[in-house]
Amino acid sequence: MSAASEAVAPAAPSAAPGPPRSEERRRTGVPHAVMGTLIFIVTELMVFAGMVSAFNIVKSRSPAEWWPPPTQPRLPVEATAVNTGVLLLSGVVMFLAARAWSKDPARGVRLLRVAVGLGATFVIVQGTEWYLLIEQGLSMTVSAHSAFFCLIIGCHALHAIGALVALVWVLRRMGRGVATQGQFQAAQAFWYFVVGVWPILYARVYLL
Amino acid sequence: MASTADHADHADHAGDAGHAHHEPGFVKKYLWSTDHKMIAMQYLFTGMVMALIGGYFAYAFRMQMAFPGQHVPGFGFMAPGEYNGLVTSHGTIMIFWVAMPVLLAAFGNFLIPLMIGCDDMVFPRLNRLSYQIFLISAVVLVASFFVHGGPFGGAWTAYPPLSAKAEYNLTPLGATLWLVAVALEFVAFLLGGINFVTTAMNARAPGMRMWDIPIVIWMIVLASIMFMASVGPLVAGAAMLLFDQTLGTAFYDPARGGDPILWQHLFWFFGHPEVYVVLLPALGIVAEVMTVFARKKLFAYKTVLYTAIATGILGFFVWAHHQFIAGIDPRMANVFTVTTVLISVPIGEMCFVYIATLYGGSIRLTTPMLWALAFLAEFLIGGVTGIFLGASGSDIYLHDTYFVLAHFHYTFFPIAIIAVFAGITYWYPKMFGRMLNETLGKIHFWITIVGFNMAFIPLFICGAAGDHRRIYDYSSFPDLAKPYLQNLRILATVGTIVILFGQIFFLINFFRSLRGGPVAGPNPWRANTLEWTVPSPPPHGNFAVMPTVYRGPYEYSVPGREEDFWPQNLPD
Repeated sequence: MSAASEAVAPAAPSAAPGPPRSEERRRTGVPHAVMGTLIFIVTELMVFAGMVSAFNIVKSRSPAEWWPPPTQPRLPVEATAVNTGVLLLSGVVMFLAARAWSKDPARGVRLLRVAVGLGATFVIVQGTEWYLLIEQGLSMTVSAHSAFFCLIIGCHALHAIGALVALVWVLRRMGRGVATQGQFQAAQAFWYFVVGVWPILYARVYLL
Repeated sequence: MASTADHADHADHAGDAGHAHHEPGFVKKYLWSTDHKMIAMQYLFTGMVMALIGGYFAYAFRMQMAFPGQHVPGFGFMAPGEYNGLVTSHGTIMIFWVAMPVLLAAFGNFLIPLMIGCDDMVFPRLNRLSYQIFLISAVVLVASFFVHGGPFGGAWTAYPPLSAKAEYNLTPLGATLWLVAVALEFVAFLLGGINFVTTAMNARAPGMRMWDIPIVIWMIVLASIMFMASVGPLVAGAAMLLFDQTLGTAFYDPARGGDPILWQHLFWFFGHPEVYVVLLPALGIVAEVMTVFARKKLFAYKTVLYTAIATGILGFFVWAHHQFIAGIDPRMANVFTVTTVLISVPIGEMCFVYIATLYGGSIRLTTPMLWALAFLAEFLIGGVTGIFLGASGSDIYLHDTYFVLAHFHYTFFPIAIIAVFAGITYWYPKMFGRMLNETLGKIHFWITIVGFNMAFIPLFICGAAGDHRRIYDYSSFPDLAKPYLQNLRILATVGTIVILFGQIFFLINFFRSLRGGPVAGPNPWRANTLEWTVPSPPPHGNFAVMPTVYRGPYEYSVPGREEDFWPQNLPD
């Protein structure tokens, strides 16, 4: 790097350790699709971090008895706790599906179907709950509390639906035998993100 | 995925073997291309058109500042609302539709595959989608100039409640379209950024190790990572603002439990890293130009890289220095003063590294080198004046004055204009296969630099005298309407016109040289990096034989070698 070492050894660059460069090959550490998805997940994490910090700031400024306001319906904490369990289970089954797929594709596909089914159950139950809450008057415009509830939980729902669509797409490709490891891993990574971020959102929005 | 698309392409060609060579049609070649070079050109030309629009706006409102209430030639009389709309649109365009697309997207797309020795981006169709969404965002923004009420006029920072309520900003459609356009633009750069990072990490030529990557590629990658890590909160904030505008939610409405300062946090958490998102690629371009025209190795390659990483990390912890008078806790202001002053350390270090690169080099004052040197000099003024604004004590006085405006123009103009011209004049031979005219280039350079300093040095003085940024007409403020201040404003306006006049030389040079310039050949600057080993302009697929890399990118004037450059792909 310094001028001195350069003067001593003009051919320094080729003296680096490792195999000669002419024998090196193009290195792709992780499949492109997985890497792209991981980078996307970083951005998504920051989106949720932004929403949760906004939630924290607004909540910290409002009186406790107004969060939620007395006239508003309470959030269904217990039912959602069960539903959270369903989503986490889906994540575990997904993990098992990924492990099975490379050895026994048929078993992997079966497990993946279970995982997608559990995920879909989560979305449907959440959607029904959400619909009931809106019917009882918890719309975005009535208070800051309900606005944040709809924003954060709704945003997560959109991500869950998107991830499920990707997984169904992978399933169909698996059925035709054309799914690649990269595609499966990318969809999986996104599903783990959806599963992993949910307990934090649940704890923040429903519990604390 | 790159290879898939390419294979499909080659398969098409193979299928057409019976026919003459299959030339893609106009639409496929220019509008629907997945070739990274074509997408770079699309970004570059869109950015240039948007720069002209932004420049025209600057001319119009500077004329209003210099000659308040008078007829502006080429624009007409300006109402206060129009003034606000023009200022807002100028800022928005120059940052989101000029600096970002040209520095990140155009140079990133053009340079990354060529400099790392790869045939295309790893996600070419995502890349095409990125430009298409970007184009739609530009169209939405331009459309907002023509809707009822005119373009959004609440400044490019869009603070609520001004931006949230139509009864305050009086531009119900303009405000929403502005937000939609910015959101689409973020989607475009998100797709682009994913592509840049994945390509640079996954598709490098054999033998190109981490420390053999040209600095400009590192900078674009770091900038993309910074962009993607910082944009999330703003996306969340923008969604909330959009709901406030359209659905009537109260995220930012204090009367109904919301918090307007919240937007400032979410915005500046993105907004300040954004400065480094455009600064880093500019520094990278300057590093490439300086090493080639000083015929010298980049001083302390790894230091530059670590410094850039340090800047990138620190850049996330300075945002509240934009909010010292927004009612934040003074103790918090102290913390952000310290981080802000800290971040000038790595940037200052970078300046010293570049000066050390120049020291003892055999400097050739070509047009790109002039731009690169000017970048260093002018950006230094921007950086040093930033210290006054980063310290909360002096910022309380200077906040929202023309001092702030002059400061950030001394950072953004070197970044988005001077470094971009360094890059365009340096890579023009590679992009179009022809050399630019040096005389016209130097005329353009000197007029632009003189105009730039003429425009913004007076504004430092105006700002220190108390000129507030967002005033349409100073006539009703006796302290600010004094003749010496008005004369400085006129001087600044003349400077703006000089800058714009200078660009005529660039446009003539640019378009005349497309056909009339001397043929460049593959390596007119005798540079080392891989893009100079292929024909100019590079063919589809870039490399006839995929290169192998044997050394770092800055081996100039190596003792004992006959040539003073040593291309990265030469085996010996």
